[in-house]
Amino acid sequence: MTSLESPPAAADTLPISHPRLPSWAGLVVAVIAVSLAGLITLLLDWGVVALAVVALLLFTVGLPIWSLILENRRSAVDRLMTNLVWAASLVAVLPLVWLVWLVVAKGGSAVNGEFLMSSMRNVVGVGGGIHHAIFGTLLVTLVAALISVPIGLFTAIYLVEYGKGSRLARWTTFLVDVMTGIPSIVAGLFALALFVLVFGPEIRNGFMGSVALSLLMIPIVVRSSEEMLRLVPDDLREASYALGVPKWRTIVKVVIPTALGGIITGITLAVARVIGETAPLLLTAGLTDSDNFNPFSERMTTLPVYIFSQFSSPGVRLPDGSDPPGFARAWGAALVLIVIVMALNIVARIIGTIFAPASSRRS
Amino acid sequence: MSAPTLTEPPEAEVRTNKQTTRIGDRIFAGLSRGSSLLIMLTLASVFVFLAIEGIPGLRQPETIYRPATTFIGYTAPLVFGTVLAAVLALILAVPFAFGIALFISHYAPTRIAVPFAYLIDLLAAVPSVVFGLWGAMALSAASQPVQAWLEEHAGFLPFFAGPVSATGRTMLTAGIVLAIMILPIITALSREVFARTPRLHEEAALALGATRWEMIRMAVFPYGRSGMVSAVMLGLGRALGETMAVAMVLSASPVVTLNLISSTNPATVASNIAASYKEGTPGKIHVLIATGLVLFVLTFAVNFAARWITSRNERRMAR
Repeated sequence: MTSLESPPAAADTLPISHPRLPSWAGLVVAVIAVSLAGLITLLLDWGVVALAVVALLLFTVGLPIWSLILENRRSAVDRLMTNLVWAASLVAVLPLVWLVWLVVAKGGSAVNGEFLMSSMRNVVGVGGGIHHAIFGTLLVTLVAALISVPIGLFTAIYLVEYGKGSRLARWTTFLVDVMTGIPSIVAGLFALALFVLVFGPEIRNGFMGSVALSLLMIPIVVRSSEEMLRLVPDDLREASYALGVPKWRTIVKVVIPTALGGIITGITLAVARVIGETAPLLLTAGLTDSDNFNPFSERMTTLPVYIFSQFSSPGVRLPDGSDPPGFARAWGAALVLIVIVMALNIVARIIGTIFAPASSRRS
Repeated sequence: MSAPTLTEPPEAEVRTNKQTTRIGDRIFAGLSRGSSLLIMLTLASVFVFLAIEGIPGLRQPETIYRPATTFIGYTAPLVFGTVLAAVLALILAVPFAFGIALFISHYAPTRIAVPFAYLIDLLAAVPSVVFGLWGAMALSAASQPVQAWLEEHAGFLPFFAGPVSATGRTMLTAGIVLAIMILPIITALSREVFARTPRLHEEAALALGATRWEMIRMAVFPYGRSGMVSAVMLGLGRALGETMAVAMVLSASPVVTLNLISSTNPATVASNIAASYKEGTPGKIHVLIATGLVLFVLTFAVNFAARWITSRNERRMAR
């Protein structure tokens, strides 16, 4: 400071620093908030949930108020927003935890060997299972994947390799965006309208469900494959061309193998996305009580539709007054469905990590 | 990725297998272009087939539209319910989504942010029918006391006028479930936008003495504004079309009411299709397909607006 020849006039009126809250302030406020909340909930006789809510509120507001008194308004606002952001994130995790816990708790008691191995054929009251629904889901999704993957992959190849900058490519990109936003029930209605128009009003089968699902699946496949193909370095293509390899052989032998990990990850995630779709299958694949392994004839139960139907017509209450048997079956099926979806997600992640280092080494 | 250095494949120079090469290339180019055209055709046929099967639904005998008498009278309450549920979900989800996105991009240490982002993505993987099951059988009962409290203390507002539903299966519960379902998509999109803020803008703001929140308000939000808007619009599009959660939570009746906590709730277009489909006569199916077409146009408009905002912004950023 001594070297400064003419200090600004305001220097002695404007402090350079202002008092700060000590680093342990958050801890103190947290302790106070919890104990205050405990006192309030004890006095008013509320539950544990209320205690957590009150404590969170007190902490979120308490620290900024202290800061407002000791520091200044700007720091107080900053602390308030920090608290709000953390609180929002904490609160958002609750539904996920609650839901998973509930599905595991209620579904776990329903799932057993008999539940997995039997269908609903001739079942009245307790018993029955999801054998037919599991196979229905797997078949319908498999056929949907068989439709979507070639179309999606070839469209991505067109967008990246052939149609670069062309009008058709621009339109395709736009339409794929639009397709991403189609409500799932509209996809179901489309498949219904299409097949009803061709085969008459009574037609329902698993294949219709696959068509509806592939309408939802194609845009996801296109998007992820396109992204992956674009990551393939042009050097590889040029090296292949320089060796005299024609374009289509270059794509098949060089471009796709390089991007394969990412493409498979994308497809797996797309399958995970559509395997839980309910509304389109409700309209198209329908509901039946028995096993049906032929997607081209007759109705076919899938897991999501099974859950919905067991929930909406659960049967009568049991003689001992407990919940109707349908609810337990719905929870059991929900557990199986969630396990399938999560397994697909984990598989996609594993594939992604296995292939990721290889491709980054190449580029 | 427009690569001016990319040489064209040496088609003409290949001496051996010239014929197969040319045929192979032609087949491959044709296949990929064909897939592209097929997507176009599919989307067009969605419109066409829904229109063919839906237009007869506009002029059915009056009894089909019961309790209304015309298609408009039948659809209007449904559209109202759809918009009400979606807007309610947006109001609940947007503050949380932006908060979480900021948490992941700017507040949390990387050690927490990465697994947390994965956790939120898992929320998107939960099938909608499971959300519906949870909403109808757990959340509704658990939130019933809160709804009763709302009626008691905020009953002067039209939203909480009551009489409160005893089961808790109300529009408010449906809105909460919808909000949780659209939370991941809004979070994922806005998180990306926030993370793209130029590092220099942020550091300049901090160097001028801004607090972290001021930095976010002055550097992050202005940069990401259009991205945030389009994220919200895409969330709205998702909420408008969501079926199962609403169909399972609400037992609907064709009413137009802003009351969120009573036991008479308007259905949404999608949930009405799922609910009345089973006992559908061919005439009724035509009507339902027509309402589906209305829903499609509605979501198409919202998504289109979102994409337009994004692309306009990308052009502005490129300049």
